[in-house]
Amino acid sequence: MLEPASYEEAAELLKASGEMARAVRPVGGGTKLAWGGVGRTDLDLSTGSLAAIREHNAGDLTAVLEAGARLAHVQDVFAEAGQMLALDPPLGAGDAATIGGIVATGDSGPLRHRYGAPRDLVIGITVALSDGTVAKSGGKVIKNVAGYDLGKLFAGSFGTLGLILGVAVRLHPRPATRATALFRSDAADALARTAAALAHAPLELEALDVRWERGRGAVLARAAGTAAIHRAGNMVERWGGEVVEADDALWAAQRAGQRSEDGIVLRVSALPARLGRLLEVAERAGARLVGRAGLGVAWVTVPDVSALADVRREFGGVVLDRPPGVELEAWEPEPPAATLMRRVKERFDPAGILNPGVFAGGI
Amino acid sequence: MDVDLLIQRLGEIAGDEHVVTHPHQLRTYESDGLLQYRVSPRAVVLPGSAQEVREVVRACFESSVPWVARGAGTGLSGGALPYEEGVLIVLSRLRRIVEVDLENQRIVVEPGVTNLEVSRAVGPTHFYPPDPSSQVVCSIGGNVAENSGGAHCFKYGFTTNYVTGLEVVLPDGELLELGGKELDSPGYDLVGAFVGSEGTLGVATLVTLRVVPVPETIRTLVAFFDHTDEAGQAVTEIVAAGIVPGAIEMMDRLAIQATEAATHAGYRLDAGAALIVELDGPEAECGSGLDEVVAHCRAAGAIEVRVARDQVERELFWKARRAAFGAMGRISPTYYVQDSVLPRTRLPEVLRLIDELSAEYGMQVANVFHAGDGNLHPLVCYDGRTPGEAERAEELAGRIVKACVDAGGSITGEHGVGMDKKHYMPSMFSEPDLDAFQRLRCSFDPDGLANPGKVMPTPRLCGEVPGPYRQHPLERDGVAERM
Repeated sequence: MLEPASYEEAAELLKASGEMARAVRPVGGGTKLAWGGVGRTDLDLSTGSLAAIREHNAGDLTAVLEAGARLAHVQDVFAEAGQMLALDPPLGAGDAATIGGIVATGDSGPLRHRYGAPRDLVIGITVALSDGTVAKSGGKVIKNVAGYDLGKLFAGSFGTLGLILGVAVRLHPRPATRATALFRSDAADALARTAAALAHAPLELEALDVRWERGRGAVLARAAGTAAIHRAGNMVERWGGEVVEADDALWAAQRAGQRSEDGIVLRVSALPARLGRLLEVAERAGARLVGRAGLGVAWVTVPDVSALADVRREFGGVVLDRPPGVELEAWEPEPPAATLMRRVKERFDPAGILNPGVFAGGI
Repeated sequence: MDVDLLIQRLGEIAGDEHVVTHPHQLRTYESDGLLQYRVSPRAVVLPGSAQEVREVVRACFESSVPWVARGAGTGLSGGALPYEEGVLIVLSRLRRIVEVDLENQRIVVEPGVTNLEVSRAVGPTHFYPPDPSSQVVCSIGGNVAENSGGAHCFKYGFTTNYVTGLEVVLPDGELLELGGKELDSPGYDLVGAFVGSEGTLGVATLVTLRVVPVPETIRTLVAFFDHTDEAGQAVTEIVAAGIVPGAIEMMDRLAIQATEAATHAGYRLDAGAALIVELDGPEAECGSGLDEVVAHCRAAGAIEVRVARDQVERELFWKARRAAFGAMGRISPTYYVQDSVLPRTRLPEVLRLIDELSAEYGMQVANVFHAGDGNLHPLVCYDGRTPGEAERAEELAGRIVKACVDAGGSITGEHGVGMDKKHYMPSMFSEPDLDAFQRLRCSFDPDGLANPGKVMPTPRLCGEVPGPYRQHPLERDGVAERM
């Protein structure tokens, strides 16, 4: 494992690896290494020594972070100023998940409903390419259309285009209070209807989630602001359910449901109106599910590869966690723009050494 | 290349009545919203379908003739400025709303549909948040190319946050789906790369947008201050308190005077700054939020705060702001609109610098800006009839851009780089940064046919994609080996 101490050193190591055709796997907190396809790896390149908060511009609600900075740590720092980076994916063992890994995998949690995914919160990015180039795009202001938006290209690229060295991010104020309206049901279609009604109402929810496991589930609608409890009460008055004021455990469980130690986790992106059908298919496959009810993004944990095929036949998706030794195709079918994606890969990683085989389209 | 043959081919594809070659008629298309630049293309073609766009692009590719795509032509950076020896492809005939899918909160439109038509089509329950001032006429295709913003993007985000899928024609004529109606289509986020690429990666022929529910309530106020410093202080306090208004817009004294003369919206002529703050969202949040905003404005020294009593008054407040660019004609025969961004906390010092520059150049500068996100639109007033004044105005504007970049900002917040700002690119980006941009460009457009000469400061060609792995000399000689 190599652990460069500066952006320049990281770029030098990549360049040397490129020249010697050694396949490099970028590693942050190491909590998502099994995700995607099984790639070829000759050496790991850790961002462990690139972990500084370079800037926290509280008055501007922005920050510049090195890729190896742990999300848990930076959130503590931002919280002191009453702010947050609105990303809340599960943080893995020892809360080790880093901002670089989260951006590289496009990971997110319940806050995505309101604030978007890493692609939406990254306002600038600095990367090292396999020919030793260090390049940046964007900047550190929220509004900026100068140059191409490489942050979006690298977000969710699974480390196959370059090593993310650092990102500038947009921050948000931390809400004063939060409260959840919780709707439990053992009828998938009833949950889907409730979720759709909430998604179409002008509630400005911070999160709108669904969960399902063994014939029963729930929709969770979280209000955030100065009147959160009042607003959760209004929802319950109109749609039934119950108000949960101390709701942190509920949401921690939603996040935890995005991972599995012993099952296969398929990340699915469906149209929101297909939620009822998704729950039905998950139930039939013996799967459990958590997801963003208003967005259609869900994590379906299936017991085996045949159940995986059942869900994937209708909903596609990418395989994240899986038990060791299970052989499967992580990405299928091939995306329609796969040829163009391969051209992008060739230009950014001319040496072809970054996580080969890990990504969609055999990239 | 034989352009005459190509022009004949364009007529076969789109119909001769949709191909413009007469110099008088070409004049209509020689500029976009930025009139300082004028170029007549060899031909203008107005295809009537995605298939025709594809055939037009393919024909250009086969003749190696560069082309520029144009929507409504409202852009302010010369992004749709024609290429002299090329073809201008105008998308204004592609104006079908293909699908309104409110169940999934999506709308699928052709690129010539206007921004406002999208919000109308999904109303009254939903709306499309990015709202450039030109929304009545500007096209979605242009919005996609420029990643357009507007007054409400501090809270709601930009075009790029709302496009989920694109059908595009690549410069070799291939028609391709990027993304889809769902979020997170597998593979690289090429939609994210394409939005804001200013027509240099291809041309969109179909756009899928996410729309959102109309907020439960909207509360709008105007606060007047003696000076922009105090108004800026109010903005800082509002944002620091954790309030995220739908919009925070500021106008300075000169802008107020010009817009008031044009609109009679009732703005105070003795004020040095006006701040429009709009809160939207749940009733239960907006009421208390509004009280807080009023308190912050007063604490910062507001001489008057007016809360809109009804929709009519709200419209009146906005009327003045929206008229700002056009109203400048009342105080100056010609003006130059600048668009740059700075970290909001650096606002006071840059505004003072603008005052100094204004005195130094003897030119009035009106300031209209999206204060929430630090996006300035200084309007440099000059008399275009006086020789050399236009150049001096541009020079003054350039010094404002430089000050913004030095403060950690950007050369453009929403108007794009296009032709106008490309020489500022090196002030933000190094050679390796520009080289990385070029890699993206080359993967979409290796021949450089789509909107050449824009965005990048100097012309660049695409090299060959490196071949397969060859043994490194050190490896061959046994000095180093693969681990």
